[in-house]
Amino acid sequence: MPILEFRNVSKTYDQKTMAIQNVTFSVNEGEFVSIIGPSGSGKSTILRCVNRLVDATQGVIVLDGQDITRLSKKELRGIRTKTGMIFQHYNLVNRLSVIENVLHGRLGHKSTLSGAVGLYTEAEKEKAFAILTKLGLQDQAYKRCDELSGGQKQRVGIARAIMQEPRVILCDEPIASLDPSASKIIMDHLADINKTMKITCIVNLHQVDVAIKYSQRIIGLTGGSIVYDGPADALPQSMIYEIYQSNRGELITDVQG
Amino acid sequence: MFKAKPGRAQESVFARRKRVYTLTLLGVIGFYLLASLVTQFSAKDGISALPRAFSWIVGNLVPTEKALRRLPNILQKLMETTLLSISVTVVAGLFAFFFSLLGSKTTGAHRWIGRLVRIAAAFFRNVPDVVWAMLLLFSFGQNILTGFFALFFTTFGMLTRTFIETIDEVSAACTEALSATGATYLQTVFQAIIPSSISEMLTWVLFMIETNIRSSTLIGMLTATGIGYLFDLYYKRLDYGSASLVVLCIVLTVILIETLSTRIRKVIL
Repeated sequence: MPILEFRNVSKTYDQKTMAIQNVTFSVNEGEFVSIIGPSGSGKSTILRCVNRLVDATQGVIVLDGQDITRLSKKELRGIRTKTGMIFQHYNLVNRLSVIENVLHGRLGHKSTLSGAVGLYTEAEKEKAFAILTKLGLQDQAYKRCDELSGGQKQRVGIARAIMQEPRVILCDEPIASLDPSASKIIMDHLADINKTMKITCIVNLHQVDVAIKYSQRIIGLTGGSIVYDGPADALPQSMIYEIYQSNRGELITDVQG
Repeated sequence: MFKAKPGRAQESVFARRKRVYTLTLLGVIGFYLLASLVTQFSAKDGISALPRAFSWIVGNLVPTEKALRRLPNILQKLMETTLLSISVTVVAGLFAFFFSLLGSKTTGAHRWIGRLVRIAAAFFRNVPDVVWAMLLLFSFGQNILTGFFALFFTTFGMLTRTFIETIDEVSAACTEALSATGATYLQTVFQAIIPSSISEMLTWVLFMIETNIRSSTLIGMLTATGIGYLFDLYYKRLDYGSASLVVLCIVLTVILIETLSTRIRKVIL
């Protein structure tokens, strides 16, 4: 059963720039899908349409059986609690501690007042610590986020997303600012969350080899349109060149063979 | 292809830069000469008058024994002025925070409201506090409230602008993240915007307290309140000794507040 469905979705910025056009695809529950494509091909727009950080101009988006293009404020909040998001630049509140940032994942579930003053239940705090332990950050819980390394910050980002108990996690270039070893740790954690917690993962990636290695399915995007949608291991080399609009031998991945 | 060949295009760039610099320099000198001619200002006379001015200050503006007897009175007025500056700045800061939320691009409700707030802030800020004081004298008379509102308006304008910049600079990313978790507007304000920008905002508030102690001296002369009034009084009575003691006390207070705020900033940053 598909948890997310895009039907002929288009997004135009400022009535002229076409970000995505006529995008149609669906994601099944528990899938690990990567979206690849050159910068400006509309990857971020697709992810942000799912939690309505960006409003689609046309088309229908169905998340968990609910059309999300027309929602009241309260319903929108409900949709956002179901979708966790991980950002390239982590987007943490740097001056707060790690544990406070993780607990931010609960805000969507709480009343405005108790969330605003930061009143969390014991159960929520215990859960936050359990997640931090799982991600290997238990010793960092009381540190301020600006003391952490990039890889650690991204793990806090993941912890915040899991804390929401989401159905889907949207990852916008989660490893684009990280070194190879931190990148591997992050991708391994995402794969683990996908497998053990049965949370659907949709990941925007620049690294084709990482996408092939970790995902079951790849969606290739060029100029706002889907040019490939299929199993990761069946992605032909020629298709990669088409996605990135380049010739044989011009991509960095070619050097690695 | 990579060999640097000084072609015609490159030469003309350097030649043009030289021409622009020469013309700018000549222009500045020209303006200076014109302005001096119109205002009949002579740099030579101005500079040669400086030593005389300083020797007058040293000769007359020295606290005398008579002045020291006025010290308790001076300190009391100074305290009044300092406390007024602090309270004005804090109240203006609170108002500025709410308006900066409306004026910021990340947290604002609507583009036009934001623009309106920024225009209002620019207006309040760009009317000098002394002018505010003179305008307000009509409605409040020579009263401490006049000074309070004069300082309030400029401080409010200044702080609103800097707060908007702080919010836009510091919290765009984490605001997006918290919206994505389903947090409400108030939750985002308290959990993301305030924690990320509070220390920078406090720095501006402390800075404005220092500035306001200085400005309130001037405004006090107009509104006949506080330390400014005292200075004006002694000065017009030709009691230069007491007047200079007032100046010394103001300088010391400002330095004290500056030192304190540097300490506070170190702790919170």
